[in-house]
Amino acid sequence: MLRIPCPWCGLRDEVEFRYRGAMLARPAAAAGIEAFTRFVYARANPAGWHTEWWLHVAGCRRLLIVRRHTLTHAIESARDALDAPAEPAP
Amino acid sequence: MSTPRRIGPGLLVDPARPLPFEFDGRTLHGLGGDTLASALLANGVRLIGRSFKYHRPRGIVSCGAEETCALVDVLTPHGRRPNQLATTLPLTAHLRARSQNRWPSLRWDLLSLNDRLSRFLPAGFYYKTFMAPGWAWERIYEPLIRRAAGLGRLDPPYAASHAATAESVHAHADVLVVGAGAAGLAAAWALGRAGARVVLAEQDVRLGGGALLEPEARPWCDRLAADLAHMGHVRCLTRTAVLGAYGHGVFAAREALPDGPGPSERLWVLRVRRLVLATGAVERLVAVAGNDRPGVMLAGAALAYLRRYGVVPGQRLAWFLNNDQAYAGAMALKEAGVDCSVIDVRRESAAMDAARTCGVPVHAGSRITGIRGGRTVRAIELATASGTRRSLAVDGVLLSGGHSPAIGLATQLGARPVWHEGAGAFVAPLDPAQGASVGSATGCEGLASCAREGFVAARRLAPDLGLADVAELPGGLPAEGTRTPAQALWEVPGRGKAFVDLQNDVTTEDVRLAAREGYTDVEHMKRYTTHGMGTDQGRIGGLLGSAVLAAARGVAVAEVGVPQARPYLQPTAFATLAGAEVGAHYRPRRRLPLQAWHHAAGATFVNTGLWQRPLVYGGAGWAPVLEEARAVRNGVGLTDVSTLGKIDVRGADAARFLDFIYANAFSSLPVGRARYGLMLREDGMLLDDGTTSRLGPEHFVVTTTTVNAAAVLEHLEFQLQAHCPGWEVHLSDVGEDWAQFALAGPRARAVLAALLPETDVGPEALPFMGVTTFGFRDAPLRLFRISFSGELAYELAIPVRHAESLWLALLAAGGPHGLRPYGLDALNTLRIEKGHVTSAELNGNTSAEDLGMGRLLKREGDFVGATFARRSAAAAPRLQLVGVRPEGAARLRNGMHLVRESAAADSLGYITSSTPCTVQAGWFGLALLTDGRACRGQRLLGVSPLHAERVPLEVVSPHFHDPDNRRVRV
Repeated sequence: MLRIPCPWCGLRDEVEFRYRGAMLARPAAAAGIEAFTRFVYARANPAGWHTEWWLHVAGCRRLLIVRRHTLTHAIESARDALDAPAEPAP
Repeated sequence: MSTPRRIGPGLLVDPARPLPFEFDGRTLHGLGGDTLASALLANGVRLIGRSFKYHRPRGIVSCGAEETCALVDVLTPHGRRPNQLATTLPLTAHLRARSQNRWPSLRWDLLSLNDRLSRFLPAGFYYKTFMAPGWAWERIYEPLIRRAAGLGRLDPPYAASHAATAESVHAHADVLVVGAGAAGLAAAWALGRAGARVVLAEQDVRLGGGALLEPEARPWCDRLAADLAHMGHVRCLTRTAVLGAYGHGVFAAREALPDGPGPSERLWVLRVRRLVLATGAVERLVAVAGNDRPGVMLAGAALAYLRRYGVVPGQRLAWFLNNDQAYAGAMALKEAGVDCSVIDVRRESAAMDAARTCGVPVHAGSRITGIRGGRTVRAIELATASGTRRSLAVDGVLLSGGHSPAIGLATQLGARPVWHEGAGAFVAPLDPAQGASVGSATGCEGLASCAREGFVAARRLAPDLGLADVAELPGGLPAEGTRTPAQALWEVPGRGKAFVDLQNDVTTEDVRLAAREGYTDVEHMKRYTTHGMGTDQGRIGGLLGSAVLAAARGVAVAEVGVPQARPYLQPTAFATLAGAEVGAHYRPRRRLPLQAWHHAAGATFVNTGLWQRPLVYGGAGWAPVLEEARAVRNGVGLTDVSTLGKIDVRGADAARFLDFIYANAFSSLPVGRARYGLMLREDGMLLDDGTTSRLGPEHFVVTTTTVNAAAVLEHLEFQLQAHCPGWEVHLSDVGEDWAQFALAGPRARAVLAALLPETDVGPEALPFMGVTTFGFRDAPLRLFRISFSGELAYELAIPVRHAESLWLALLAAGGPHGLRPYGLDALNTLRIEKGHVTSAELNGNTSAEDLGMGRLLKREGDFVGATFARRSAAAAPRLQLVGVRPEGAARLRNGMHLVRESAAADSLGYITSSTPCTVQAGWFGLALLTDGRACRGQRLLGVSPLHAERVPLEVVSPHFHDPDNRRVRV
């Protein structure tokens, strides 16, 4: 079980959160179908460090940006989404 | 009351507390503190059960949780509890145990015939033999095999009785120390003294581990255990097996609780910062023909039975071993008066000399090539160093092929097994960031050395935990002599079956067969032969199987490896995991504010998510449902829709946010109006629908379907925080704060006027989709003119504490108008006739266009799903929402497939919702049909092969009732 250090609530079990996938910036409205196809379907799926969204649904309801290692599940950091811009889709 | 094999006092048994018990109907006697196994051995009982596949007689092999053979049924007043380990089961007064997998009796077992036929029953036999005919597998072969093979069987009445209750406890600590032998005790003591919060988990009934078997070490053990017991921040859990490691410092452990009222087990969920693994080592079996006969035991187990329970396994014992440690048992039993002789594969060793001094004869450089006997051991075949072979009459054989560190937990945490030449086994050092492995789990030998390792680990971990340096350990452990290294001892060639896995009846030949057939990887061999797949997970024979495989492949054991141990490390009952969450406590129940009223009114309830909603008031079948629905069509009805999700959206950017969230426009919605909204996912498919009302310029209330209430709130929070940074919007879940009722039917306005005589509720003051708020008996009442039934209707929302007051007032006001409460079934009938969709149609694969609502999408501006929803229609025709009307009185079923008469095999779609009609005869259904809108007027078949039903039907508009919306707008 992952334990995520929520900046607002402290170290909490994974079951309190909802995983929302890789942290990706939403394309501009006029970016077109290809940009949105990448945004919706294309994922880098790295074997290593991964920046992802976790929503603390059973806690502060804040969206967190978590750096997690996909092989070891180690968590490097968890910040509020307000504090960082999202990355463009691969 | 004769217990011939109890020859003296034991550490754990109380001679003043005799306990009668029963095994296979025979009354026997044990002592308080015994396990079932020690009590059976004390009585001279050896034959405990029949084996899994060959039905060979089996006895007790070990003295602890690593037991592989001695599994029994325990008969309780509630039924039979199968597969209990006799070696850890505490003896209680009048315990009734029964042997397993035998018929008609343990001594005379019919299927022991399998042993004679074993030439024809190798690994993979089932798959190769029971090939044809195909139908026979399920009907004949499998039931027969299942009857013949296996160990204990689940007793459904026992399982259903929930007699074995468990509770769950969550605990946090700085350090979890697994195992309380010398190393674990030392680590826990040192960390505890330094102030760490420690959980010490020991599967034995008492702290001490191997040190308990060494009388000179006991004062040291007792002192540390006493110190730990006095440390308030240290929790010592005995009879507690750690079941698995789940990462991030989360562990599960099971504590067996003393017999008595209350739960029988406690499941611990432990969250810790560091781990000390002092899990010890498990003695290995030797693959010698007949190594499964009752009376064959691990060498260490014999010493444990003597020291702990004063019990010896026999009177003439042969010890076959390869290491110095195992000599301790032979010398102790010799001293206790048992005739012992040792067969050591090594030519010389320090322990050998000590044993000879004690008067134990040692055959150096010798081997046992076979163990003979039937239901008990009678003799061994001995091959001496000089090459002579002879038979030796014995009544017990003690085997020791060395000691394998217990690395299961470490490997679960990602530690890689590495070969340890000294131990002749794999060790798995823990990542220092996680903690430390100490003691015999690392291949360390000797109590003092193990204690030292535990202490050193504690000292290393202390700074990580913010602790000052740890105090020096108390002395008092016996000095260690010199040891001669062990010599590899895996298999001794001989005639007859030599087992590597006693529980699953896997022999050395099976392993070689697997290798010949290409299953050369240890994980493949494991699955092909079932080696190590029993409840014991191959603790005593796992590495032996690897060694046999290594020999067959001509490589070193180190190259073959061992299969990965997975949770649960000890057999665990579902009841343990379920804890108190059984029956009505399986999941929480959400009750409506008016639950008591609905109940008193005779409602039948249905589970909708966690909610219990009134389905229908009074009676089964369609008649009462249609009566309720017709009351709405013809008069007026009232239903409780409080389960709808309600989300309060406020802030300067609230309207802008809803424009982004909904596929249709909301910023244009005037205050005091409601609008039906469609929410899409980014891929253009529908997520949810509902009515959203504007209560103020910066205040909206969003309603969601009952089942999607949590998902929609999550969606809104996510979209707001991920993609709308800096917007001033506040979302609040107010679903449980407001009760909501729908008042529907042509007479709804008259009822409302009677309820609110001071208020104008006429069509001009409150038009269709109008919203207004006013006071009702000092409570804010929100009145929405919205309809889900296709009739003139209102929804009234009020804070839940006033729910009953409003409901009763509505009933009173509606009485003269014939108002009837209606349930979920009638609500569904009404919405299906009207063509409104719910989760059956919003199934995640439908778009607004598919459901005929494409015209609602905004042409301009961005919203979630806009790009995909606006792309040109897909090339392949899609399933579209239609109505279906069967001929005559034929009934429909949800899930019926729609086919053409000419091609009955090709499904064109399926029925999502169906109901008998309220104002006309017959049935009506909603369906998703390929290119459905173009199929209007066509005749198709609704088929349900499962029910052998074929219903001719016509494709019609989904809006069956009042397609022009005249009735809702009056």
